[in-house]
Amino acid sequence: MTNIHDERHFELTVNGERRQVVDGYPGESLLTVLRDRLGLTGAKGACEEGECGSCSVLLDGNLVCSCLVLAASATQSSVVTIEGLGGSTDVQTAFVECGAIQCGFCTPGLIMAATNLLERSTEPQTDEIREALAGNLCRCTGYGRIVEAVQTVVVQRSQGAS
Amino acid sequence: MCVPVAHPQSIEQLTALLRDEPKTVLLAGGTDLMVALNHGSQRIGPDELVVSLKEVPELSIIEVDHVQRLLRIGAGVNWDELLGAPVDTLAPCLTQAARTVGSHQIRTAGTIGGNIATASPAGDGVCALVALGAVAVLTSPEGQRRVAVEDVATGPKRSVLANDEFIESIEMPIVDGWQGYSKIGTRNAMVISVAGVAVVLSADSNSCRIALGSVGPTVMLADNASTFAGDSIDWTNKEISADSLERISELVRQVASPIDDHRSTATYRSHSVGVLARRLIERGLQEMRNSI
Amino acid sequence: MSDLGIRESSLTGGLGQSPLRPDGIAKSEGAYEFSSDLSADNMLIGKTLRSPHQHARIVSIDTAPALAITGVHRIITADDVPGKPTYGLISSDQPVFAADVVRYIGEPIAAVVADDEDICARAIEAIEVVYEVLPALADARLAKDPNTPSIHPDGNVIREQNVVTGDLSVVGDVIVEDHYSIGMQDQAFLGLESALAIPDEDRAGVECHVATQWLHEDLGQVAACLDLPTSAVRLVLGGVGGAFGGREDLSLQVHVCLLALATGRPVKMHYSRSESFLGHVHRHPAEIWMRHHATSEGILVKIEAEFVFDGGAYASTSSAVLVNAVTHAQGPYRCENAEVKGIAVRTNNLPCGAMRGFGVVQACFAHERQMDLLAQACGLDPLEIRRRNAMSTGDRLITGQVVESVAPVSEIIEGLSRMPFPEGAGAVEQHPYEMPGGAGNTTRPGDVVRGIGYGLSIKNLMYSEAFDDYSTARCQLRDGIVTLKFATAEVGQGFITIAPQIARSTLGLEEVELDAIDTNVGSAGSTSASRQTWMSGGAVEAACLRVRELVYQHVATTQGTDPLVYAIDGAELVNTSTGDRRPMTEVVVGLEFDEEVEYRHRPTVPLDENGQGDCHTAFAFVGHRAVVDVDIELGLVRVVEMSTVQDVGRALNPLSVTGQIEGGIAQGLGLALMEEIIQRDGRIMNPSFTDYLIPTIADMPPVVAELIEIPDPQAPMGAKGVGEPPTISSTPAVISAVQDAMNTAYGSAPHLRRVPLQPSDVAKTVNAGLGD
Repeated sequence: MTNIHDERHFELTVNGERRQVVDGYPGESLLTVLRDRLGLTGAKGACEEGECGSCSVLLDGNLVCSCLVLAASATQSSVVTIEGLGGSTDVQTAFVECGAIQCGFCTPGLIMAATNLLERSTEPQTDEIREALAGNLCRCTGYGRIVEAVQTVVVQRSQGAS
Repeated sequence: MCVPVAHPQSIEQLTALLRDEPKTVLLAGGTDLMVALNHGSQRIGPDELVVSLKEVPELSIIEVDHVQRLLRIGAGVNWDELLGAPVDTLAPCLTQAARTVGSHQIRTAGTIGGNIATASPAGDGVCALVALGAVAVLTSPEGQRRVAVEDVATGPKRSVLANDEFIESIEMPIVDGWQGYSKIGTRNAMVISVAGVAVVLSADSNSCRIALGSVGPTVMLADNASTFAGDSIDWTNKEISADSLERISELVRQVASPIDDHRSTATYRSHSVGVLARRLIERGLQEMRNSI
Repeated sequence: MSDLGIRESSLTGGLGQSPLRPDGIAKSEGAYEFSSDLSADNMLIGKTLRSPHQHARIVSIDTAPALAITGVHRIITADDVPGKPTYGLISSDQPVFAADVVRYIGEPIAAVVADDEDICARAIEAIEVVYEVLPALADARLAKDPNTPSIHPDGNVIREQNVVTGDLSVVGDVIVEDHYSIGMQDQAFLGLESALAIPDEDRAGVECHVATQWLHEDLGQVAACLDLPTSAVRLVLGGVGGAFGGREDLSLQVHVCLLALATGRPVKMHYSRSESFLGHVHRHPAEIWMRHHATSEGILVKIEAEFVFDGGAYASTSSAVLVNAVTHAQGPYRCENAEVKGIAVRTNNLPCGAMRGFGVVQACFAHERQMDLLAQACGLDPLEIRRRNAMSTGDRLITGQVVESVAPVSEIIEGLSRMPFPEGAGAVEQHPYEMPGGAGNTTRPGDVVRGIGYGLSIKNLMYSEAFDDYSTARCQLRDGIVTLKFATAEVGQGFITIAPQIARSTLGLEEVELDAIDTNVGSAGSTSASRQTWMSGGAVEAACLRVRELVYQHVATTQGTDPLVYAIDGAELVNTSTGDRRPMTEVVVGLEFDEEVEYRHRPTVPLDENGQGDCHTAFAFVGHRAVVDVDIELGLVRVVEMSTVQDVGRALNPLSVTGQIEGGIAQGLGLALMEEIIQRDGRIMNPSFTDYLIPTIADMPPVVAELIEIPDPQAPMGAKGVGEPPTISSTPAVISAVQDAMNTAYGSAPHLRRVPLQPSDVAKTVNAGLGD
């Protein structure tokens, strides 16, 4: 039957935990809920219209802009944010070591996008990396070190696998 | 404060909601609705019910009807799903259009039905669908109707969709021949179309359909240019004269009625749809020749 | 990238190495707190009401309907500003809130503080303001006209500055001239303006956590407006999500502090993207005319130029931008005779101020387009015309100032000429990104023409014209650990990476910690004008040298030796007379020192009325080569590769230098091809990331960089600032390359003279179907 959530509050599954969302208002985005209601400020907002990618999270394994997800519509979904990656993943480490981070505002979104790409494709070529990251704006780095960071992980993983 | 979101699990439940609820807001990929909500240009009223279309299984189908040579795509299918099989081989211009849309994040969210319903002249998917001669299946509590995709939008952000009506699916012929989509933006990715053209060359019917985006209040079919192209192509040898190509460009420019805005100028838009139409036909015929 | 190399050192994390950013891991995990991530218990939200009119008299403001909304705590207007009603970086001409007149669309009129964002938004809508609309001054060229009414008590002219030198009667064998224009660029930092203000319990003071470029300048301006002593206002650097000049002026600082003091509760304000476009200054749009005179061999003999800068409604740093433009009009080329006129004016457009390369970006675009014209007129290769005129150390500028900085312009040109070229246009159709039009699938190899273009520039470093420019740093040594304290705004550039490197190399100690960046230490000056490596780097080095001196004295005293015999080599103290070595970690056991130093660069002087005087401190030089593929018929451009040779003095952290070069080039490419705030009657038509386009990863090509490392004798550690030069001449290089492709395709094409380039600028020259 039709499932109508009309409670004052609702639940989301974020980073494997059921979380209560209280005091939400109608139309609130997942980004707002993560940041303002659940205290998970890793996802950033820089445009609120899906153009910058800073708010990227995984929703049921798919990379989405959390600003474009109606929070209350995601009650049945599993959300993974930058905080849920566990820290010090090879992608995170490569970003730090390759100089892919300057001001770092775009970094969480880019790391989510890169992590997602490397789940979909094990050995992406440069243009595939660029196409996968085209939705993540960075104003500081000019992207060169970001591409290098992803390529570094690709090489590390292929060496680790062989 | 309540946060009402309905998740109908079937078309029946969805139509029942639309019949019974006084005010509903349909939520598909969220790429337009959420922008409006985030910016405060739209608010969910206390008496409004948000209806999520995500869990309606009928909306996420991709079906191939080999008998009727039809491809049927649920309105809730997202761009990312249009990139792969079977759409990439059965409706490649739709796949090409999907690839030009936004980013990976946008492609996993935005849906083909939403692209039609939002009624933007810049809709990449709409342009491809119009060239394909696709039909939108519109469903409401009163029943179903079928409307050619080019006739769904009546102007920017205006459509024939009634308040209690939704797009259930889109049907398009499987065309033997060649098809392609090109769009112009002022950067190399993540950009709204300044001009878009889809061309479908049908070897079944020796005809051509040319659709134009961002050069009028809605995506439009370039009728005269399409007919002229169909007539002037040498379908046996898959060739066309330079003069005919130039004439097609001219007919395309004539039908275009673009505006000047902050994204581009009317003059450039007209010019570029002429160029893109010519290039796509040339490209198509060449690829058809190569595949003989 | 070229191999920037890691030099040998027995010390880990010293100068010349590329240790990791201290904040890198936190940033990679989403744990780093940007100012927008801050919150406090009991916190309220603030929001700004802004003018919908370009120019209007405020007849009345009725806040009562808004105050009646449940959850609204206070609404403040100009009447509630207890101290100075205005602020500004150079002249205090901008109201905290418009009192009687609004002068641009977006000017703050009131601020609301409420329980949440939604209530704020409704309250803003409920405030009733009655305006009497006044005629707007939108055209900068009319601002000086005596018939144009003044839009500000200080007048419409912010500054006029000419530079006149030499024999103006000189006429060249070859003369080229044209008009150029530069659109309004936005800094487009990703981290939107935001601040958290926490009032003291007695409301006698306030602590403000804010993303800014210059804490102490903010402090002075904020305290004056609040009518509080600076000791009662504490500014703490909130995590900064990029700056690029856009955070040098105040935005929400005074508003948020006022709201916190008015309510006695913590208040947070943060802008949306569309509000951000209204909330900070932008790069000045400019109209420029230039005429270059040269001998038939292409040697420059005279430069004439006129600049008109649209400063918008308030002055901000317009006068400094203007001075940079007129004093850099010659570019990195020798020329003895010049007549350069410049004016910066007020209009009812968006206020403009600092952005990476301020003033020089505009001048460079014009002079480099001119050098290309001159090359053509003289029948010379574009690099050859530049080689023949290249400036070198000891040359006299048109201001009369002698370039004492290392000026390796010829070396830059040689470097560029040696750079190999990337593969030919469109050999393979691998991916849509390999073609102009990118994801749009517009273009095939046969549609493409390749072009190559060059740009060179000179950029002043640090502040000019007698500004008392200094930075402060404190070095504490205790328990073998060095702690550095400074107020240098870390905006992403990496000062927090190189400061410990400086300390390690100076003291031979690897353990360096950084204290909080706030106003509990002297000013560091602004993170702008490519100045922090030199200025704050100089201050950190000087403080560490003082501590080192005290260590030497201590050791000398205990050993009965002369302190002058000691030196640091890697991580060891060396007695240079005996050759004895001891690890510094052992030497400093039990030692405690604490030294604070103010570092100043050499003094400069203001320009006189003819623009003469040693107004600048030092200079850096750079060259760029762009390789582009152009779809001529559609006017679409793909930048294939950017190469650069940059004069850096010494790369203290090669990886950081690479980051500045690549990031700066991206912004220069953006200005060349896509970035512009489009105003119609003072209203922004594209105040979003959907329509204000900045380069994506699909637009940025690989960057090939070669560094020229000739340590500058004036610069601390020999290192020049590297932040701005990458942005400056990359823009004309890209345009020059597009021009080259157009010339190749059509023999002769109209001269490109405006940025950002539009596809129609390229396409219209060649298509009969298009009118001009």
